[in-house]
Amino acid sequence: MNDLALATTALCKNFGALTVAQNIDFRLASGARHALIGPNGAGKTTFINLITGRLAPSSGRIWLAGEDITDLSQAARVKRGLGRTFQINQLFRGLSVLENVTLAVGERAGAAGDMFRFAGSNRAVVEEAYGLLEALRIADDASKLVKELPYGRQRLVEIAIALGLRPKVLLLDEPAAGVPADESAIILEVIDRLPSGIAVLIIEHDMDLVFRFARTITVMVQGTVLVEGAPAEIAADARVREVYLGEGRHG
Amino acid sequence: MEAVIAAAVSIVFLGLSYAMILYIVSVGLSVTMGLMGFTNLAHGVFAVAGGYVTLTLMNSHGVPFFAALATAFAVVAAASVILERFLYARLYGASELEQVLFTIGLIFMAVAGAQYVWGPFPQRMQLPDYLRGQISLGFRDFPTYRAFMIVVSLALIALLWFGVERTSFGAQVRAAVDNRRMAQSLGINTGRLFTLTFALGSGLAALGGGLGAEILAIHPAYPIEHLVYFLIVVAVGGLGSLRGPFIAAVLLGVGDTAFKYLVPEFGAFFIYAAMIAVLLWRPAGLFGRG
Amino acid sequence: MLAPNPTVAPVEQLARSHRLRPLELAPWLVAGASFYVFDIYLPLGAQILINVLFALSLDLILGYAGIVTLGHAAFFGVGAYTVGILAVHGGWAEPLTGLIAAGILAGVLGIVTGLVILRTHGLTLLMLTLAVVFMLYEAANKATHITGGADGLQAFAIDPILGLFRFDLFGRTAYLYTLAVLFIAWAFVRLLVHSPFGRSLTGVRENVTRMHAIGAPVRRRLVTAYAISAALAGIAGGLLAQTTQFVGLNTITFERSGEILIMLILGGVGRLYGAFIGPPLFMIAQDTLAKNEPVFWLFYIGLLLVLVVMFARGGVLGLIDTLWAWFVRRRR
Repeated sequence: MNDLALATTALCKNFGALTVAQNIDFRLASGARHALIGPNGAGKTTFINLITGRLAPSSGRIWLAGEDITDLSQAARVKRGLGRTFQINQLFRGLSVLENVTLAVGERAGAAGDMFRFAGSNRAVVEEAYGLLEALRIADDASKLVKELPYGRQRLVEIAIALGLRPKVLLLDEPAAGVPADESAIILEVIDRLPSGIAVLIIEHDMDLVFRFARTITVMVQGTVLVEGAPAEIAADARVREVYLGEGRHG
Repeated sequence: MEAVIAAAVSIVFLGLSYAMILYIVSVGLSVTMGLMGFTNLAHGVFAVAGGYVTLTLMNSHGVPFFAALATAFAVVAAASVILERFLYARLYGASELEQVLFTIGLIFMAVAGAQYVWGPFPQRMQLPDYLRGQISLGFRDFPTYRAFMIVVSLALIALLWFGVERTSFGAQVRAAVDNRRMAQSLGINTGRLFTLTFALGSGLAALGGGLGAEILAIHPAYPIEHLVYFLIVVAVGGLGSLRGPFIAAVLLGVGDTAFKYLVPEFGAFFIYAAMIAVLLWRPAGLFGRG
Repeated sequence: MLAPNPTVAPVEQLARSHRLRPLELAPWLVAGASFYVFDIYLPLGAQILINVLFALSLDLILGYAGIVTLGHAAFFGVGAYTVGILAVHGGWAEPLTGLIAAGILAGVLGIVTGLVILRTHGLTLLMLTLAVVFMLYEAANKATHITGGADGLQAFAIDPILGLFRFDLFGRTAYLYTLAVLFIAWAFVRLLVHSPFGRSLTGVRENVTRMHAIGAPVRRRLVTAYAISAALAGIAGGLLAQTTQFVGLNTITFERSGEILIMLILGGVGRLYGAFIGPPLFMIAQDTLAKNEPVFWLFYIGLLLVLVVMFARGGVLGLIDTLWAWFVRRRR
């Protein structure tokens, strides 16, 4: 498993009688551009939550760069290079945009527990955070409170925070969902330009984005992997068509 | 040996009667907290209000015990509807801190109000003759009033559980506790459901206050003094559950009675320790989810 | 208060946000002037300062870390009893070391209880904080031979501070001593809430899910903050014991937890200086209103709480902000 950035083996999760992840064997190659698709309720976000440790699996193992991380805390996984964004914004709404990202950068730099200096006096950390805002073209809003920003710009903060962790594996949970075209273009551009060393797993409903970005696609249905393959194979797969056409999605 | 058994029987009996009161007072709190996610520290106010109404009617107006209890239920339930509609409902989306502060404010006002009207001392209960003295249960005698309390409480509990399991109102409550949004999308009027449940829970607390006035004395500081015990029943039992708090109340009632009988020099110390241990083991309570 | 200035880079602005503003010195000027102006009220003044310290300690965990507790009096009481028991049973009447002992013991209790309590949240957390206070109350009430039970520990002597300043009848020493301790504690807490550690506490309050996702050791941070807050509350309790030379059960009750919460809310929570505004307002009002009519006092406090929650959630400082914003809009 050492050449894999991330893997799960026989991963299961039940809530009582409800199975939301069933025997998932998943592999994310180093430097992957991998998309996870499937109808609503297929268990995609649950899968991300299992990988990041937000949920504990009922059985099965999770591996990060060859190391078994199944029993590690969320924080320990982040320290080992696992970063994520959330489908529904999880931001510090009452803090400024710059501080939102500063918190993440400081945490990664190991400076977040300092008690005897002012937070803003750690120039290296704050400037790195500001640099991320510039890269995502939200530097103009740096001093605004997050809750004052329109939704699309908040989505960019969400991504900036994840990038502030300098992840080796980045899990993006519907980064462009509900975002207006302007910001959506920025998000696409940012994702395109991510360093090739980062392995990226993206959950997305926008098929244009998925097929443009991904070199591998995994389709999930009802907590299991239906099929996995290159975009062309997935597009041609009858079962996938059935799942999507049968559900009559408009996304 | 016989003395030990006698003591054990007494502890269980007294503990059970205490547990019934704890449960009847607290069950409404469990359901409303599970249903509305509202941290209502002022629930004891409804219980003590029920106690005051019951005792005032009995002592000053010669109203029979049962009629007084029924009136207490009706009065407190009606008053709680007004409180819920005009005050509580405005804070359903508020933070926990705001709900805590608001309900502490209510407690303080109620404590001061009760002291102004009824004075600082506990109200005496003039038991009707048929509830005085002892009753023989074959192998030994028990205080009639305590036995009566257990029987009446069990009847009430049976009625309550039956209602929640078998009526459409109960089904709506259960659905809304499980998933409020789902319930709303099924066309359940959750606002009205909240009000009714709140009123029912408050009315039950009032019954508990009146019925248990001999065990939990009716005096102004009642809502503060017993607050932790009501919360223990709910937290250990599990929010939104009916049966969990019953088990918790029995454990608490019997345990508390036993500890205070066996090691009075430690007071309630062991009960708190046991409660902390249970919550460390199961943070969501014995029957809570998550 | 800081209007965004377009010429200053945001990085610079963030660094400057920690600078001491002139207004932050106002409490100290008021406290200093009060020493001369209200010299016959110094004993009350010392009590107010003690509650400011107590409220400040609460603000650290409630306002910054978002831990809703009704058990903060546990630490206040442990601090008070530490000083009292050392003086009565140990003949340890030296004030500064007594205060340090009070802080350490309360801090240790903070770590122990924090490790348990902070595993939970919501109602369970709230109840556990209450349970700790009730448990300690039971212990203090029943361990009569150590704590004096319901009579408390009375009339123990405390040595002069640094061997120089004797506690006098007019409360001068007590006032200045309390003020000095409060000043040191304020400087520490102010540094703390502006530090990366303090900002990460605010992060926990704002969004704990995200804090986990950026790899923060959330529970360790919370327990650390809880212990620091407990130690400060213990020092406040120790100060009360030293300045009044009495420790009673009322130091360790739910009511005291509730009262300090009310004082903090009244001033404004999560902004450091609410702790300096609530206690004087509350205690001066209590001193004038509650003497004759304690029942009405309780009623009005309850009413005030309800009104604050309904209409003035930011307390006095929040109201000032609102008025200021209105004033600024009018002038434009």
